[in-house]
Amino acid sequence: MLLGRTANGLYWMNRYIERAENMARLVDAGLRMALTRTQDASEEWNSVLLSAGSDAAFTQKYQDYTAANVADFLLRDASNPSSTMASIETARNNARMVRTALTRETWESINEAWMALKRMLARPIDERDLPSVLDAIKRETALIRGSFYGTMLRNEIFDFSQLGTYVERADNTARILDVKYYVLLPSISWVGSTLDNYQWESILRSVSAHRSYRWVYDADYKPTNIADYLILNVRMPRSLTFCYRFLAEHLKFLGDDYGERHACHATAEKTQAMLRAGSIKDIFDTGLHEFLANFIRDNTRLGDEIAQDYRFN
Amino acid sequence: MASQGSLRLAAFDEMLPEVSGLRRPYSAYDRWLKEQDPARLTEKMQDAERVFRKTGITFAVYGEQEASERLIPFDIVPRIISGQEWRRLTQGIEQRVQALNAFLDDIYHRQEILRAGRVPKDLIARNEAFLPEMIGVRPPAGVYTHIIGVDIVRISEDEFYVLEDNARTPSGVSYMLENRETMMQLFPELFQKIKVRPVENYPQLLRQSLAAVRPQSTKGVPTIAVLTPGSYNSAYFEHAFLADQMGVQLVEGQDLRVIDGHVAMRTTEGYKQIDVLYRRVDDSFLDPLTFRPDSALGIPGIMDVYRAGNITIANAPGTGIADDKAIYSYMPEIVEFYTGRKAILGNIPTWRCSEPDSLKYVLEHIHELVIKEVHGSGGYGMLVGPAATKQECEDFAKKLAAKPSNYIAQPTLALSTCPILTEKGLAPRHVDLRPYVLVSDRIQIVPGGLTRVALKEGSLVVNSSQGGGTKDTWVLDD
Repeated sequence: MLLGRTANGLYWMNRYIERAENMARLVDAGLRMALTRTQDASEEWNSVLLSAGSDAAFTQKYQDYTAANVADFLLRDASNPSSTMASIETARNNARMVRTALTRETWESINEAWMALKRMLARPIDERDLPSVLDAIKRETALIRGSFYGTMLRNEIFDFSQLGTYVERADNTARILDVKYYVLLPSISWVGSTLDNYQWESILRSVSAHRSYRWVYDADYKPTNIADYLILNVRMPRSLTFCYRFLAEHLKFLGDDYGERHACHATAEKTQAMLRAGSIKDIFDTGLHEFLANFIRDNTRLGDEIAQDYRFN
Repeated sequence: MASQGSLRLAAFDEMLPEVSGLRRPYSAYDRWLKEQDPARLTEKMQDAERVFRKTGITFAVYGEQEASERLIPFDIVPRIISGQEWRRLTQGIEQRVQALNAFLDDIYHRQEILRAGRVPKDLIARNEAFLPEMIGVRPPAGVYTHIIGVDIVRISEDEFYVLEDNARTPSGVSYMLENRETMMQLFPELFQKIKVRPVENYPQLLRQSLAAVRPQSTKGVPTIAVLTPGSYNSAYFEHAFLADQMGVQLVEGQDLRVIDGHVAMRTTEGYKQIDVLYRRVDDSFLDPLTFRPDSALGIPGIMDVYRAGNITIANAPGTGIADDKAIYSYMPEIVEFYTGRKAILGNIPTWRCSEPDSLKYVLEHIHELVIKEVHGSGGYGMLVGPAATKQECEDFAKKLAAKPSNYIAQPTLALSTCPILTEKGLAPRHVDLRPYVLVSDRIQIVPGGLTRVALKEGSLVVNSSQGGGTKDTWVLDD
């Protein structure tokens, strides 16, 4: 038994920790593209913003898609609620609210991440420092995750936290794919071009999977394999299937603990079954974009249902 | 705002009094201190700050936009009290706390002390801290004020005075606990050399104490919760800390509602009944149906549940009438009336400005006195006469003359000092002491308390909101 408000705090704390890190990863991938491509990188920055769901807010504020503008907006802009700094701030506020549910190690790692990032992101980032800032962000969130996994009891507190993490992560991976789905579509004229190779690598990079991909598939980037990896691979920690495996598992734990099943259980299981039965060929046949749009919608609904079913909406 | 310019008074130093040299309780500590490398001590001081920041032991300062979370400065020189001194203090505190509870029970029932003419009727009837809603209500186990912080000052070797009683929602106990924790982390060797009585079982005692005053109708183990105004409250850290240490839920008003005559909290499995509520929300916010209708911090209808005896509220609503600054001046009479003995711990002589003779005296001697608002707290809205400028005194005199009953005055006492560590070595600073008292079927006082220290040289204002710091407080096991 937990206070509904506590469950809410845990859920959003973890969504925002995940989001803070995802922003850094997206900027990292964008930076990589900008550095390796000789032509204008603004298109790439545009898709970074689209993946972050922040393009509309960005264009209200800026005219140019430059590395400095995008990095500033996604990493440190307080008016962008999804920026790394705003996300860490929200995560910490939630952590403060649910402090009694966290181990001392977990709370301190969040508090220290907040202190470190506040210091680091206090002023606009010098382009020369951007790589080290991105590393530092990923390191801080890794420390949070480490103390969380290393010290938290595997009870309902853990379950609600994990639900937040995986709902956010699934959403993030699906969006990254959806923004670039067209470069994954089979197209005779483009296949194997250098440009595509960059694009594919960029997708993998934004989910930190450009190295592990090679361990699983051939060394060459193939669009079907990339889509398979990010959508269906059961061992890839940011794939949709992986996220749903854990969403279903933690919901099952809650259902068993409380002796009650809710709408969210059915929703998660339905998505999980769909992912398990599907092949990448089916997905391409029905349309990658449609598949992803449906997934994102269902995933959002799952989040709403969890909040409603466990009384923290 | 209080003026706190430099003020020089010949004060009694608890470690190194000028007359007699090093005092006994500090001898072992002094030996250790002399062996320490000053550079290492400075390093330890910085360590302490890091520990506090990392754990997030912060408080919010009202009215400050920037740096809304600040640390209360911590000094690494402990304030040391001998076992003998402590025994004397505890006798006085116990007597006082007994009297406070007896007074509250009387005031909300037969009002014998008013009939006997020992306390003026007016003082109660016209007092905002008196809650007519509590008349005739007897709280579970008959306890009104369960958790009390008694602020004590020392003037000399033998003179202790009570500065004020905190019978509503005294705060600061988390600092007592974290200060000790920090000291043990920084100087483990000290605690092997010197036998200091432990304070860390306070949360367990608090939990037992709250469980012991559960409503009679409670079946089985009572469900206890701490009620906080929320994470933006200045004492939120402490609320979370206590709930955590006791292993109970930390709730806000929005989590609670009245269901079937009981207070229940909204959980992931539906509503669950609460038996004992340790509330850190003021009376007026407790129940919008009974008190302030605009309050979003409280629980509509909780007062009905309370009157029906179905929940314990700690401290009980209406306890403020016992620690009101206007009542304070009657405490010697109150203690004698209910315990039949003279008060062991004295009061500081107090002029009630509501009385014409006193007002005249206070206005004439404003430069010598400390003047406080009757309902004020946190060191806001007070005047320290000897430290104030002429202009400040004149301005204050105008406020005072306009609403005399709003103020009391006390002589400017030379509070005892205790050394703090500065860049130039040890330096004396004024201190006070707040021991924490738990009342259930018995009275328990944790050996220690919160020592607040005015960090500014010469300053007498120890409140954290006014630049005060804290020290670990040791009661020796001797």
